[in-house]
Amino acid sequence: MNSVIQVRNLTKRYKDALALDGVSFDIEQDAIYGLLGRNGAGKTTAMSILTAQNLPTSGDVRVFGENPYENARVLSRMCFVRESQKYPDDATPRHAFAAARLFFPRWDQGLADELIDDFQLPLKRTIKKLSRGQLSAVGVIIGLASRAEVTFFDEPYLGLDAVARQIFYDRLLADYAEVPRTILLSSHLIDEVSNLIERVLLIDDGRIIMDESADDARALATNVVGDAAAVERVVNGREVIHREGLGRVASVTFLGRLDGAERAAVVADGLELAPVSLQQLIVRLTQHRSAGRPGADGFGSNNSGPDSSGTKSPTTNTSDADTQEGSLR
Amino acid sequence: MDEGKPLFVQIAEQVEASILDGSITEESQAPSTNELAVFHRINPATAAKGVNMLVDKGVLYKRRGIGMFVAPGARELLLKERRSDFAERYVQPLLAEARRIGLGPEDVADLVRTGAGAEPAKP
Repeated sequence: MNSVIQVRNLTKRYKDALALDGVSFDIEQDAIYGLLGRNGAGKTTAMSILTAQNLPTSGDVRVFGENPYENARVLSRMCFVRESQKYPDDATPRHAFAAARLFFPRWDQGLADELIDDFQLPLKRTIKKLSRGQLSAVGVIIGLASRAEVTFFDEPYLGLDAVARQIFYDRLLADYAEVPRTILLSSHLIDEVSNLIERVLLIDDGRIIMDESADDARALATNVVGDAAAVERVVNGREVIHREGLGRVASVTFLGRLDGAERAAVVADGLELAPVSLQQLIVRLTQHRSAGRPGADGFGSNNSGPDSSGTKSPTTNTSDADTQEGSLR
Repeated sequence: MDEGKPLFVQIAEQVEASILDGSITEESQAPSTNELAVFHRINPATAAKGVNMLVDKGVLYKRRGIGMFVAPGARELLLKERRSDFAERYVQPLLAEARRIGLGPEDVADLVRTGAGAEPAKP
């Protein structure tokens, strides 16, 4: 597979903060990526550097094989939709779309018109006077209708209600199926986007801690529920990322999968295997990392090269009992 | 959608279920990758993985330029597979639960027979 974006050892340091800490990853052509992580993890910083709105402190970024900074050739093939988009004072959506149409060589007016209709956007009202949802819709419409070869959506749909978000997801999938392109979505609403994305890039504290296909990511953890003693037997020796209990019933999530024989044993013991959603996995992994942070290396994300997913055998000092070195695979 | 199994497996199983219950017949056209993606609201690459799994299994085949079709013998193949999985997927959990509540295999067998509308083996 072709990679359209290559990031090597990218670091961004501000006076008092390290926003990105030597991250490396590749973005493959025509795949939909989910760029996930907490507020302040570094997602927006990464996207703004990739789109040349910000400069690295050190490290290398290549888009279509070139440095994107002040590179019109590269930038006209990209579209970055972000939440706090600023427009001139008296601009209307119509002006914004007209400008986009001039800038983006693959702009599709037919698609834009359909989306304007879907979102019921008032074209002639000044942008200043639009509701939050309508403002988000402007960004989303530009992002989709640009049909740019590389399109970034930095949570511009936070202002959209659930119905509008579903419209966005459906339109995104349909248009992506028709006109394949590389899309990076950052989102807090992990479960909502989990089925749309092909790959997961998880950033935590300026480091990539997961770079997996969505299917592999979902398969990273298992949740066992039932009698606490029986559950402990199952999870013994595994890396536990979350525990809950009520009386004698325990629910424990650990990294790794059970094979056929182990699953049969679990069922025979009267335990249940509950699914772990991508959101739960990511929330628990991130919490687990925070818990282990003092003096620990979390998930070995220092070696986040292109072929490593930052998921080497971690050693953690968490307060979880009985954890040993485990592997995320 | 159930989170337990990989998405592409769930997609494949849904297509298989349609073949088993006869809603898609052999030699008729199966839903395309894009149709599945849009309908289930999932990434087309995931849908494609599910479809490819079915092609590899011999359940679907591709007619160049037209699309995916149900292979002849697909239904029989799926029935055979389901039958051989039946013990592990259904009987084992059934017996495990029966043990937990103090029912022996004979009790379970009786329940199965009455459940199917037949007479129990003992009064």
